[in-house]
Amino acid sequence: MSQPFRTEKGGRIDRTGELTFTFDGEEMHGHAGDTLASALLANGVHLVGRSFKYHRPRGILSAGSEEPNALVGVYRKGDQTPNLRATQVELYHGLQAVSQNRFPSLGFDVGAVNDLLSPLFPAGFYYKTFMWPKSFWDRVYEPIIRAAAGLGKPPKNPDHDTYGNLYAHCDVLVAGSGPSGLAAALAAAETGARVILCDEQAEFGGSLLSENSATIDGKDPAIWVAEIVARLAAMDNVTLLPRTTAFGYFAHNFIALAERVTEHLSDPDPRLPRERLWQVRAKEVVIAAGAIERPMVFPENDRPGILLADAGRTYLNRYGVKVGHKVLVATACDTAWQAAFDLADHGVEVVAIADLRESPPESLVSIAAARGIRVEAGCVVTGTLGRKRVRAALLGRMMTSGQVAAGGQIECDALLMSGGWTPTVSLFSQSRGKVVWEAETGAFVPGKSVQKERSAGAANGLYGLQASLTDGYAAGEGAARAATGKSATINHSRTSGGEAGTGGTLGALPHDRNASRVKAFVDYQNDVTAKDVKLAVREGMQSIEHIKRYTTTGMATDQGRLSNMNALQIASGALEKPLTDVGLTTFRQPFTPTTFGLFAGVSRGDFFDPVRKTPSHDWVVEKGGLFEDVGQWKRAWYFPKNGEDMHAAVERECRTVRESVGLFDASTLGKIEVAGPDAAEFLERMYTNPWKKLAPGRCRYGLLLNDAGFITDDGVIGRLADDRFHVTTTTGGAPSVFATMEDYLQTEWPELDVWITSTTDQYAVAAIQGPKAREVIAPFIEGIDLSAEALPHMSVKEAMFRGIPCRLFRISFTGELGFEINVPRRHGKMMWETLAGEIEKHGGTAYGTEAMHVLRAEKGYIIIGQDTDGTVTPQDAGMSWAIGKNKFDFVGKRGLERPDLKAENRKQLVGLLTKDPKIKLEEGAQVTTLENPATGTPADGHVTSSYYSPALGRTIALAIVRNGHALEGKTLYVPMPEGSIPVEVTGTVFYDKEGARLNV
Amino acid sequence: MSDLPASDLITPDAGEAAILGLASVSILKAAPLTRLSFRAREASLKKAGTAFGVALPVKPLTSTTTAKRAALWMGPDEWTLLAPEEDLQAVAVGIEGKLDGEPHALVDVSDRSDAVIVTGERAAWLLNTGIFVDFSLESFPVGTVTRTLFHKSPVMIWRIGPEAFVVEAWGSFMDYVAGLLVQCAQELEAV
Repeated sequence: MSQPFRTEKGGRIDRTGELTFTFDGEEMHGHAGDTLASALLANGVHLVGRSFKYHRPRGILSAGSEEPNALVGVYRKGDQTPNLRATQVELYHGLQAVSQNRFPSLGFDVGAVNDLLSPLFPAGFYYKTFMWPKSFWDRVYEPIIRAAAGLGKPPKNPDHDTYGNLYAHCDVLVAGSGPSGLAAALAAAETGARVILCDEQAEFGGSLLSENSATIDGKDPAIWVAEIVARLAAMDNVTLLPRTTAFGYFAHNFIALAERVTEHLSDPDPRLPRERLWQVRAKEVVIAAGAIERPMVFPENDRPGILLADAGRTYLNRYGVKVGHKVLVATACDTAWQAAFDLADHGVEVVAIADLRESPPESLVSIAAARGIRVEAGCVVTGTLGRKRVRAALLGRMMTSGQVAAGGQIECDALLMSGGWTPTVSLFSQSRGKVVWEAETGAFVPGKSVQKERSAGAANGLYGLQASLTDGYAAGEGAARAATGKSATINHSRTSGGEAGTGGTLGALPHDRNASRVKAFVDYQNDVTAKDVKLAVREGMQSIEHIKRYTTTGMATDQGRLSNMNALQIASGALEKPLTDVGLTTFRQPFTPTTFGLFAGVSRGDFFDPVRKTPSHDWVVEKGGLFEDVGQWKRAWYFPKNGEDMHAAVERECRTVRESVGLFDASTLGKIEVAGPDAAEFLERMYTNPWKKLAPGRCRYGLLLNDAGFITDDGVIGRLADDRFHVTTTTGGAPSVFATMEDYLQTEWPELDVWITSTTDQYAVAAIQGPKAREVIAPFIEGIDLSAEALPHMSVKEAMFRGIPCRLFRISFTGELGFEINVPRRHGKMMWETLAGEIEKHGGTAYGTEAMHVLRAEKGYIIIGQDTDGTVTPQDAGMSWAIGKNKFDFVGKRGLERPDLKAENRKQLVGLLTKDPKIKLEEGAQVTTLENPATGTPADGHVTSSYYSPALGRTIALAIVRNGHALEGKTLYVPMPEGSIPVEVTGTVFYDKEGARLNV
Repeated sequence: MSDLPASDLITPDAGEAAILGLASVSILKAAPLTRLSFRAREASLKKAGTAFGVALPVKPLTSTTTAKRAALWMGPDEWTLLAPEEDLQAVAVGIEGKLDGEPHALVDVSDRSDAVIVTGERAAWLLNTGIFVDFSLESFPVGTVTRTLFHKSPVMIWRIGPEAFVVEAWGSFMDYVAGLLVQCAQELEAV
């Protein structure tokens, strides 16, 4: 038998086969059904980690998700997941686990020197020590703290797993599958309600899986569990989710569950997600989260081999593992006695039961006597011995004075302790419910429900098997009735045994040791001792919220589920205030640590965000074009030919457009159809420009402001008919323009008979720009006259493109003769390929967004968001001409009347020409009036656009400059690291100022 | 509620291979269709329905159908009208003629969206990997239609059978929607 601490028989493990695993490289064996913790214990391994601050040897403390010490890394596919709780890691064949926070090894750890130096690290150490000198913070303190901080090693590679997501709705969600959770699920399910039952453990049953001294309906509790689960599984209205933690309770009964789908498998199918996030909207929630046992706060209560009593019982009864061969049970309550009895029944030597109480219940004492177990009443553990494993405990006798007298030393290789029970109110607290103090049981229990939830069983402060079942049935029935109005009668199971115990203690226990030299741990994971809590109080902390942050108690991954009550009691004593006046910290999401992958879900790689492609996309790929991301769109950026670099390609594209013709995909521009009798009135109110007199068949440039008067969008708008306009917006602005219009329609002008419809994706748009544009499209356009007289600049007609109905705009964003053809999207590819073939014949080129930017800058056409930044008015941009002077109102009109918008010295859009035509300014560079302004001098503006202009054979730039319009012809400077660059202020139109090329 | 398909207007695109073909769920690209966005006030609904060939539903999230027509409720004053591809002109002319002089907006959006048909016993499950709507038949009976989100893309969902849904997205979003549906269905093949 390679597992010296395994029992002969019993437990829920599969003894028919052995699983091999490694811990820190050492090969060990366990069974299916084991957790890593139970398998390690079966192999006699208690030392599994080093504590965070003092690097003290630590062992497995609990058997549940509250485990503070046994944090391990698990390797899979060459990378490790750190900080998994060994008590939650299911054993599989080939599992590779490593301990953490030790160097060079778990057995010999140099960090342990911190333990000896601990007088130097009191609570608030960092706050006190690293304050001066200030300059040390960046270079000395922070790097040191960073190197020492953190537990475990973060994974190095991209996550090789996938993560699922599922939205679900149910009538009743039951969190927890112990006696009350199962009863609640069954009672709710029998009414026909849609029920989801989840439990963080691999098996349903909770405490019932380790209960063998009670019966339900005369059966072993585990058999009863199997029957109930089978009944639930057979019902269509029930979803059973083992290995699923309800980790977050949010508003409107929205519960987040983390399902571990493949973590327990040795060789999972790669198509399965590692974990799945369930986002559940539950009409009613039953919180059956149970209770967890409290550690006792006595000196050296953290040695490996010291466990919670119920954990010891769980390892024995559920996993068939003895926590030791000579076990001391220290307790202040009845339940731990059963652990002692069970161990004794398995042949383990129970060296003593040390009960804090002067007179433990007679019934227990007599059972102990029958098993020959030594009972020490009024007895407290005052210390333990042993370095990597407990080897003896010091006992103390409680005296009537309240003092403790030394009571000798007792040999043991394991110590089970129980300070009583704490209801798990985390989910209740997350639901914004406030707990109330129940003096009788010495516990905070759920108070009034804030959301549609109810707690049941131990989570509700009710102990004892029958009480839990009864409360569970009632909760399930009540929840189903509240959710669906339906009820059903079911037989309630009867129990025998499993009575609620009495007793319990809070806070630090008395001892006869030198208080300044011993460490009695309150928060194991964060290495907070009773002394630290008292020190925090002495230093002025009065609220538990301050004490928590000063000492870090309750800030570990269990959020203080193990430590809070003891810390509160210690603080309460030190403050000489009732415990309830010290306050209680709030439990927050997530209940247990949750992977980032679960939250990221499918949002990674190609699916991080929708990637929107235009109909020319495949053609661009084929021609070797490069793409630029514009919002969610992929837009062709430039088309390098014959090894051209970007500069050469863009220069060629620009020249070709000016000299012959270019083809550009404008499908991404936002398009909105504005239709209805009040269409012109609506646009009149939205845009700065006048629309009512625009004749059908004509277009106008539209400028959109926000209420404050600043430019937010622009685009060409064509009037198709008296009651119909085709509005275009910028690519990035399309959704917000549409939303703004809809907002105004619904809230400000509901009386207008006009409706807006997004047509962005309805049409594919090809822009043909250049002197030969008309010749290029002529062969394919039927039904209209393309001549300048019939179709002048800024007009729109409906026509046919190779037999397909199209909207043909004569507009230009390049300053050349230009057309934009809109065809239904499915014909976009055909249109693009037709035109791409045709421009070849005319020596034309496809061009991308970069050339488009240069061409428009040569003409001084602004780009919203590049030449404007949300603080630019039409006047600032030199576009007062776009404002309808006689209009009654438009969005932003009143904003423009604000004094600061009419003030002198506003920053205005101008052109800049460098004195040296070869120098291209840096976009974003500052513009100053002085050649070499002193450091700290505010800039007078900045460069917004800067390009090399092939048409001008020199560089050009646009800039926003204070009082810029008045500075035309003046010299300003753009100070750069290499020296100040002199620039001349010009108008914004650099090319074809009179617009002769447009009107051909 | 009816177990019959809400409409057989929506048919798989004969020229296209299945996007996904599992035993428990399949995804097929739908054939092109006439889609019109119709906006009007209550007074005009009756006439519009007569002209279109089926009454426009006024109950939120519902649809009305005949063999060749479907009207989908999109909002209090918004409907999507579906008809066979070749009926675009006839439908548009019919409604415009009937509503002459009455305020309304009729816009051709036939090409704005692409549709896929998701069918099978795991169809609702698959949609729920990215849509937060309750697809139980009690909450979302056959014929129900809604605009919602699939992960980060706006979509329209129309239930045309107990295990059959039409998923529409704007054309440029369909790669994302169909791609993620296929990816999310991957685990159904796991053994």
